Amino acid sequence: MNTILLRNGRVIDPAQNLDTVTDLWLTQGRVAGTGPQPHLAADRVIDCTGLIVSPGLIDMHVHLREPGREEDETIATGTEAAVNGGVTSVACMPNTEPAIDTQAAAEFVILQAKRAGKCWVFPCGAVTKGRRQEELAEIGGLVAGGAVAFTDDGSPVESAEIMRRALEYTKMFNRAVLVHAEVPELTKGWVMAEGAVSAQLGLRGMPAVAEEIMIYRDIALAELTGGKVHILHVSSAGGVDLIRQGRARGVNVTGEACPHHFTLTDENLRSFDSNYKMAPPLRTQRDVDAILAGLKDGSLSVLATDHAPHAPEKKARELDQAPNGIIGLETFLPICVTHLIEPGHLTWPQMLAKMTINPASVLNIERGTLKPGVVGDVTVIDPDTEWTIDISKFKTKSRNSPYHGKRVKGRAVVTIVGGDVKKCELG
Amino acid sequence: MILNQGHAMSHHLLGLEQLSGDEITAILDSAEQFVGVGQGASPKRDDLKGKVIVNLFFEPSTRTRVSFGLAARRLGADTLDFSPSGSSTSKGETFLDTAKNIEAMGIDAVVVRHQSSGAPLLLTRHLAPRVAVVNAGDGAHEHPTQALLDIFTIRQRRGRIAGLTVALVGDILHSRVARSNIHGLTKLGARVIVCGPTTLVPSEVASWGVEVAHRFDDVVPRCDVINLLRVQFERQRGSFFPSVSEYASLFGMSGSRLKRAKPDVLILAPGPINRGVEITPDVADGPNSAILEQVNNGLAVRMAVLKRACVVTQNGQE
Repeated sequence: MNTILLRNGRVIDPAQNLDTVTDLWLTQGRVAGTGPQPHLAADRVIDCTGLIVSPGLIDMHVHLREPGREEDETIATGTEAAVNGGVTSVACMPNTEPAIDTQAAAEFVILQAKRAGKCWVFPCGAVTKGRRQEELAEIGGLVAGGAVAFTDDGSPVESAEIMRRALEYTKMFNRAVLVHAEVPELTKGWVMAEGAVSAQLGLRGMPAVAEEIMIYRDIALAELTGGKVHILHVSSAGGVDLIRQGRARGVNVTGEACPHHFTLTDENLRSFDSNYKMAPPLRTQRDVDAILAGLKDGSLSVLATDHAPHAPEKKARELDQAPNGIIGLETFLPICVTHLIEPGHLTWPQMLAKMTINPASVLNIERGTLKPGVVGDVTVIDPDTEWTIDISKFKTKSRNSPYHGKRVKGRAVVTIVGGDVKKCELG
Repeated sequence: MILNQGHAMSHHLLGLEQLSGDEITAILDSAEQFVGVGQGASPKRDDLKGKVIVNLFFEPSTRTRVSFGLAARRLGADTLDFSPSGSSTSKGETFLDTAKNIEAMGIDAVVVRHQSSGAPLLLTRHLAPRVAVVNAGDGAHEHPTQALLDIFTIRQRRGRIAGLTVALVGDILHSRVARSNIHGLTKLGARVIVCGPTTLVPSEVASWGVEVAHRFDDVVPRCDVINLLRVQFERQRGSFFPSVSEYASLFGMSGSRLKRAKPDVLILAPGPINRGVEITPDVADGPNSAILEQVNNGLAVRMAVLKRACVVTQNGQE
């Protein structure tokens, strides 16, 4: 019962160094294997000729907003958007209201995800109680409740002492601390990146060093403690360098790039359009080039969206009053294909590694590969189809995307979660 | 450029960045006819009879608001003032909802002052194209009518702008007056020197086609015009300079500094001035000062801007 044959696709599984045209079989919700499987009879055959068959994509940086800000997104709408974008697992950030800082809160997120029945949701727990920067949250309880990593994302962990203890304490559970790198004293009242454009527009800027100083601090603390640190949404050339140097020294540090940070620059803010406002901010072409270089040489091993939905009435404010963030789940794959594969920065296996096995290993979760026996999460990608992004067709509850109307290449056409076909655009 | 997209937007005045030198000169030329209108023997005019112009001020302002209101009435327009205190913005209504409500009352132009850079541009995207938007100061971005009246005053005294050396002194970082003046003056061929403490002159300013200086004493003798920007205590968010007295000693225009300037140097200040900080009283009230002419010229320039805004709108509808 429930055996799926994905026939004749280009099966790419970076975790196994696999890149070959073959069949992929799923049965009983799990991967059975590739090639001929004589003992299996398919209930459903999906012809993947000319398509790429990848482990289900993981977006490890998503704001689902529930509980507390259901006007922006719910776990149901956010996971529906994920499936629509070809994402089978999301890690959601704990800056909800209340924050995900207890076992019960983590379990609530997982329960809501099960009720929605779209994709896997792995909650991240807050580092500090209530994200108040005062004392550690109950990290052990959060782990018991299903939290897979710890972060006060949206804010940095301001105290170096608390960060140090968090890195030490999470080691017990083999969990990473995810860093939103920003020195608060240098970023008061910021609207965009500090530089030539901010000066001209008369908007308060956040200097790149505000990110770099914090990245340096947290790499140094990871080195001191032996903890595992992951730098979220790296936006600056200096930040990429620091991660590269840290990794060369053997520090347990990984870095993440978001599509907007390697496709857009602060020049876009000349429109005063709040869909170009996010934290960290869009920077210069030099930073874009450094992020692309970091993706190429592996300093940045993870691609993630920082999907940050905000209801339209909130984004339709004056630029300095509008909240930070853009949606990303449904533009993740096509923007990456268009800007990483098409120009030749990354090969398909290199890019898919950053969307599958690499985030899975940062989060220490059993996802991101097509090894026989693992959970049957698969994304089938049409690498050649060209289409135009239309935010009115999105499943997310919000519409704050700067990519509306953009012509892109590559699309998730089938999304399979735990052996269930959640989306299929094939005939 | 995105600002020029869509329907006839030319009647808006969002900033001097979007205007050409010729367009700026056209506004200055038009303003000549309005000097003194409504004062003494010169009667009011009816260029804008039947027009409704709203002052939408989200930031405290007395001088600019009064100047726009008087300019509109002297051209025969009906005006109404809207400021957030005692209005619905204090009840949580957003900027755009407020503006749309006022638009629904059937207005021709809105003069907007807002603490957020870009707010006037946001209005043009959400209000009907027939409503002209005039920027009366947005954040630290632009204050085009202030720059136009500064430039008008210089031209009135000197007969030209091209070739003059004009210093803008003080807090460039937070100054919308400085940004608009730099756009306007450079487009008209002036040589602009920007002078202030390194904390208040962003290093990027050097790429705007201006000279950057930090020693006021070296700058003073070279200038035909010195425009003393107000120290904006309300916008300061940190320690940009150690004390007011240190600022005054390094960047204030005093009688002794004036002696080192060209004899006919023109002293401007957008005001309201902090006497004893940017400028000492003897200079502010002395013969080189054009501060009060600036105020009077402000009326003429704003009449020209309002007429441009409303009349182009009318043509657009025909």
